[in-house]
Amino acid sequence: MSQQQTADYAIRMRKVTKIFGDAPLQALEMLRQGKSKADLQSESGHVVGLDDVSLDIERGQIFVVMGLSGSGKSTLVRHVNRLIDPTGGEIEVDGVDVLKMNLAELREFRRSKVTMVFQKFGLLPHRSVIDNVAYGLETRGVGKADRMQAAAQWIETVGLAGYEQSLPRQLSGGQQQRVGLARALAMDTDIILMDEAFSALDPLIRSGMQDQLLSLQQQLGKTILFITHDFDEALKIGNRIAVLRDGAVQQVGRPEDIVLRPANAHIEEFVRDVNKARAIRVRSIMETGPAEACEQAVAMDARCEDVLPLFADHQWVGVLNGQGVQIGRITARQVIKALARYAPQAG
Amino acid sequence: MFPDVLDTVPLRRAVDDALEWVVMHWGGGFEAAAYPLLMLLNILERLLIATPWWAIILLLTGLAWLATRTWRLPAVVLVGLVFIGLMDLWRDAMATTALMISATLAAIVISIPLGVWMARSLRVRHVVVPLLDLMQTLPSFVYLIPTVMIFGPGKIPALIATIVYAAPPLVRLTDLGLRGIDPAVMEASRAFGTTPAQRLLGVQIPLALPTILAGVNQTTMMALSMVVVASMIGAGGLGYQVLQGIGRLEVSRGLFAGLGIVVLAIVFDRITQALGKRLQARIGLAEMRI
Repeated sequence: MSQQQTADYAIRMRKVTKIFGDAPLQALEMLRQGKSKADLQSESGHVVGLDDVSLDIERGQIFVVMGLSGSGKSTLVRHVNRLIDPTGGEIEVDGVDVLKMNLAELREFRRSKVTMVFQKFGLLPHRSVIDNVAYGLETRGVGKADRMQAAAQWIETVGLAGYEQSLPRQLSGGQQQRVGLARALAMDTDIILMDEAFSALDPLIRSGMQDQLLSLQQQLGKTILFITHDFDEALKIGNRIAVLRDGAVQQVGRPEDIVLRPANAHIEEFVRDVNKARAIRVRSIMETGPAEACEQAVAMDARCEDVLPLFADHQWVGVLNGQGVQIGRITARQVIKALARYAPQAG
Repeated sequence: MFPDVLDTVPLRRAVDDALEWVVMHWGGGFEAAAYPLLMLLNILERLLIATPWWAIILLLTGLAWLATRTWRLPAVVLVGLVFIGLMDLWRDAMATTALMISATLAAIVISIPLGVWMARSLRVRHVVVPLLDLMQTLPSFVYLIPTVMIFGPGKIPALIATIVYAAPPLVRLTDLGLRGIDPAVMEASRAFGTTPAQRLLGVQIPLALPTILAGVNQTTMMALSMVVVASMIGAGGLGYQVLQGIGRLEVSRGLFAGLGIVVLAIVFDRITQALGKRLQARIGLAEMRI
């Protein structure tokens, strides 16, 4: 591995394993000798939280870790800023080994490199909205005038202007999470960890927050590690998705890789219930090559749901690359085939 | 009868001798160590007695109004204090108040750090909890004897006995308040790179404050309930009037002094409780009940 390759990734995890229990190191040895997780749990009471997880998270991406409850996804995200220490493995953030940091270095790392948004918000109930948003900057030692100015700006960005002096409990769930988001964004770190950040919100609010996150990300270009149990959410916001089950990574890929080529039955189960028209992009199912000039065309990054209405009037539509050059075409049949792949068998 | 296997006489003699040895050799040291406590009590007592009666009534009534913003509690406080004055108990009441306040202050200084330590370490809690149980259940006369022997009769043993009796609830409630904080809030604070001291002063203490104040309230009440016992070893004040009432079989003296204690209890209990509730409401934990 060359130095340069390392630098392309914001977060790298190598064979990270976490075992909860009284003697995790012994349990790790037993696990490596091939004992099953179930046996380990019933015999010694040790629970495997993460099992040999290796992930490379590119800079500037939204990387989603998706899994059901108990899959270890919240444990995973807490390894990045070491709210939880691993039993074995390596974790690098910005090319620095976080496991070698002492307490003072770790505090500095948390203040400057990586910030976090929580499922249960984690706001300080005795502080006003603006003081909550400024909290991280305060720990970093930013002067009062500067941090208040920054906090006020981020409050406005997330659409909470006018609520600066309110207390968290006076806000709705969605508003509280906007405060949580603003508090993280105010730190202006390159990396943001979001642990089920939108899971506690109502569906409509959640959808709005997802849109807001995506539009913010377009301007900011952060590295976001996003944890969710909701496959639709993963498909909507993720540049890449890792599916986690029982602490082990099942599949890593772009959203359409996972929808079109699920690695195993567990992932297929998710895919079955998902809105595939939103997940699958035109470029991954089109036929490439020269085609006759088209009457209607879409960008190759368009989603299936975007092209479907066009088939009402056209047999096929052209597909354009980023420069607006036609690189292929797509027919209604191809779209239907892709969407129908995992539908229940017609009786 | 239980079989007489052990001869307790030498055992008891050993304990008595040990205490005597402590009194002989360390008595002076103990007294010097407790001197600041005595100073605190004396200064407070002199201050309270020197302050004109109407100023104290005004202060407490005003505090009651600030804490509740209604007229009821201030009215009760006013009537109660006037009753104390009319019954010729003002000076004694001030002595008792001074004892109670200095015992509470000393208890706060000891108990809050101890409660914080307990909340952080399971091992400390395993040691401290039985100790607190002992302090609360051991009849106060049992530890009055050695304290009187060490310090001689007077205000210091009275104060120490009061502290021993009144401190435990504050330790317990500090511990409870700190452990009751939402772990999600603590985790978020940790994730932002705070030091343990920043978490303690910026998150834990403020959020536990209503519970800690409930502990202070308990401590003041328990300190007041010790005044009669404390007066037996020289504390003076309202307790001494009750004691004299018993000695002379003067029902009226005991009754009026006793009512005076009740008035003080009501005044301080209601004011600290109301302040605690206000604080709770301000930091948004009003629905939390202890």
